[in-house]
Amino acid sequence: MEFPTFSSPHLPATRSVSRVMREVLLALVPGMLCAWWFFGWGIVVNLVLATLACVLAEAGMLAARGRPVAATLADTSAVLTGVLLALALPPLAPAWLPVVGAVFAIVVAKQLYGGLGYNPFNPAMIGYVVLLISFPREMTQWSAPAGLGNTQLGLLDSVAWSLYGVLPAGTALDALTLATPLDSVKTALGIGEMLSEITRAPKFGQYGGLGWEWVNFGYLLGGLYLIYRRLIDWRIPVGLLGALFTIALVFHGSDTDAYPAPLFHLFSGAAMLGAFFIATDPVTASTTPRGRLLFGAGIGLIVYVIRTWGGYPDGIAFAVLLMNMAAPTIDYYTKPRVFGQDGKRGGGR
Amino acid sequence: MNGKQRHLHRFHGGLHLPANKAQSNGGAVRALPLPKRLILPLSQHIGEPAEVLVKPGERVLKGQMIARARGYVSVPIHASSSGTVIEIADHAVPHPSGLRAPCVIIETDGKDEAAPDTLSGDPVQLDPNELRNRVRNAGIVGLGGAGFPSFIKLNPGANRPIHTLLINGAECEPYITCDDLLMREHAHEVVGGARIVMHALHAAACIIAIEDNKPEAAAAMRAALAEIGAANMDVVVIPTIYPTGGEKQLIKVITGREVPSQGLPADVGIVCHNPGTAAAVYRALMHGEPLISRIVTVTGAGVAQPGNFEVRIGTPMADVIAAAGGYTASAQRLLMGGPMMGFAMGSDTVPIVKTSNCLLVAAHDELPLPQTPSPCIRCGACVDACPADLLPQQLYWYAHVRDFDKIQDYSLFDCIECGCCAHVCPSHLPLVHYYRFAKTEIWAQEREREKADIARQRHEFRLLRIEREKDERAERLKQKQKALQTPAEAGADPKKAAIQAALERAKAKKASADVAPKNTDNLSAEQQQAIAAIDARRATASTTPAAGDDA
Ligand code: SF4
Ligand code: SF4
Repeated sequence: MEFPTFSSPHLPATRSVSRVMREVLLALVPGMLCAWWFFGWGIVVNLVLATLACVLAEAGMLAARGRPVAATLADTSAVLTGVLLALALPPLAPAWLPVVGAVFAIVVAKQLYGGLGYNPFNPAMIGYVVLLISFPREMTQWSAPAGLGNTQLGLLDSVAWSLYGVLPAGTALDALTLATPLDSVKTALGIGEMLSEITRAPKFGQYGGLGWEWVNFGYLLGGLYLIYRRLIDWRIPVGLLGALFTIALVFHGSDTDAYPAPLFHLFSGAAMLGAFFIATDPVTASTTPRGRLLFGAGIGLIVYVIRTWGGYPDGIAFAVLLMNMAAPTIDYYTKPRVFGQDGKRGGGR
Repeated sequence: MNGKQRHLHRFHGGLHLPANKAQSNGGAVRALPLPKRLILPLSQHIGEPAEVLVKPGERVLKGQMIARARGYVSVPIHASSSGTVIEIADHAVPHPSGLRAPCVIIETDGKDEAAPDTLSGDPVQLDPNELRNRVRNAGIVGLGGAGFPSFIKLNPGANRPIHTLLINGAECEPYITCDDLLMREHAHEVVGGARIVMHALHAAACIIAIEDNKPEAAAAMRAALAEIGAANMDVVVIPTIYPTGGEKQLIKVITGREVPSQGLPADVGIVCHNPGTAAAVYRALMHGEPLISRIVTVTGAGVAQPGNFEVRIGTPMADVIAAAGGYTASAQRLLMGGPMMGFAMGSDTVPIVKTSNCLLVAAHDELPLPQTPSPCIRCGACVDACPADLLPQQLYWYAHVRDFDKIQDYSLFDCIECGCCAHVCPSHLPLVHYYRFAKTEIWAQEREREKADIARQRHEFRLLRIEREKDERAERLKQKQKALQTPAEAGADPKKAAIQAALERAKAKKASADVAPKNTDNLSAEQQQAIAAIDARRATASTTPAAGDDA
């Protein structure tokens, strides 16, 4: 009897890229629900627009590059890029904002580099940074979190605002938006106010901003699930959050009125989303065990520097991109000690 | 018997795989009817193929040596039953590429008439050199799958004393149960063989390592040890994790020590043997039986009655599968060995060889055809799984772009091809295939370089020769002019000298060829160890390129 022959191992692989991506999407759900609850339907509108734009851009580019469209789209990586970008965007953004960001992320940051696996930078974060630099005003249109007694747009109103820029009669944009806690802290500290006064405002919650801390908690939960399922390595988030916590603790300890508490940093802005879902993007992160710790820690430190002394209220995107650049070098210098090789002797000889 | 308390260690990575052992480890080892035909490849071991001693038409007896060892790393081949040599020709052998190689083909006569015993003897009385010689003459090789000539691993190192013999009963690959059954049914043979090997190695202790999914085997081995009251031998039950059966991984688990990269277990004072090898040593010395049969696991959803069989070496795989009830309708693939490191066979006409531990006939849903690979997403799942602490994704990348210098910086040759990385890769990349490809390419380059070196030397010799010939011509011219008076003598002399020299050379060559193997046999232990080490390294494929690395 004749049989086909293949090279070992013959046992089939237990995972697939699309399954990994789908589980990551699933893990985003708690955070997403919190974001929707506190910041309204704008989040959902952004999610739909960014995801659609990412998938269409990916399909177009694949077709243009003569690659199999359906088979490649099935890896769901474009969907994930869209979702991550949307979750980083302000809920009251105009419709073109997520679309422009998504197209830039997929076309320039991913496909022009050769597609999934070949992009040195996190596509979602490239899209985000391009938007932040080009459209600073639109990028700050965060809605006020629920629970402050303010009005929030319903689904249809959100769509109308996003697509046509019309608000329901009698509603002013100013009544809907509210500077994010990170933003407020930065501005207020800049004009010499003290933290103890600043954080007395109702938009601050237990440790972070009202609503924000819940959103961050949701991402933390999803992230722990990913670690439990071994879909991400614990080292990047631990490195990131650990470094952010430690440096915040040091400065906070030196002057509690000038530097926010460590927990405020961990539960504000995109800290948890960044730590568990963005910095852990496999393609662009460090892959050696020690390298991942360093990679995460690097992001944590840069985030703190940007938040504290930089020009932007949050710094996850810039920090991730900077460390993406450093990842190959980190990997090279943190090669694990090969079994049976003497650390001192090094190399393969 | 304090094995349970021993502190065990861990190696990095590895996998928990579905064991799939229950299909085949239920019943006893079954016998096979004598096959009509035996196909005996001359190369069933690592090293030089054996040299045929028989001719077509010759009658041979069971256990008769039909091919002798050639060179140091080589062992003889024996007829597995009595019969007539019908052919010495190329035949398909168990090899993934469907390779054909020289084989002795015997038509059996059903008498199973044994050749006189030349092997048995009291191992304790025998001189260690003689003991090794008999193990060699019994044709014993590592039965765990590698096929390294065992007698070489019976050599104590003069400068690296062996303190422990490790019997590797881990059998970590899914599906395979032949060592399990051997240890259950022939524990005393394994223990007896281990004692002989300990004696040859001057090893003070012996550890028999068995994965915790084989409690019956462990119990049988413990009972056999208790029976002979061997206080310096111990059964150690180790956790089931693939690839614990890798020699270096097992040593790490048992001792916490790492065999140096490119090194041998002897470097940490240990020698590893498979239980099957130990039993073969026992049978050779106690019963005078050379290695002419082995236990083979026949399993998978593709055979009707999976189980273990005592199979004569050289039996066509088809006969073995027929004995296991034949193929089922779902038979899709045939592997020799396990699903992680086994070879896919293109056809079942190939014979069982000394290293055939398992025939896995898999159905489609057991071992589906490979999935289409997609690009590496650098997720690092492979890094987490690699028991050699490598960066498989980097190895893959450099193999992919054919950067064979960089790939050696990432220690390609420390890869044991266990397949853990490929098993967890979400992109379904055939990673091990890439590593094999890179290794083969690097070896080819090494050979080219060696050839180039030889060519350069030849070129230099040629220049020298031309120079010398010019001188000689000038000399001859002078002679001729001088000898013009006596022409007859002048012409005959150099010619005669040349013939004489050629004869001398031929004689010398023949003589050296005759004594070469003997020479190495009579070397001091230390010299032999050195040769063994060198040859072993060459053979284990880990250092050939490293040697070239320095070049
Ligand atoms: S497991 Fe596969 S996809 Fe992931 S890093 Fe390794 S080779 Fe790349
Ligand atoms: S096949 Fe090689 S690289 Fe892959 S896991 Fe095994 S040792 Fe590591």
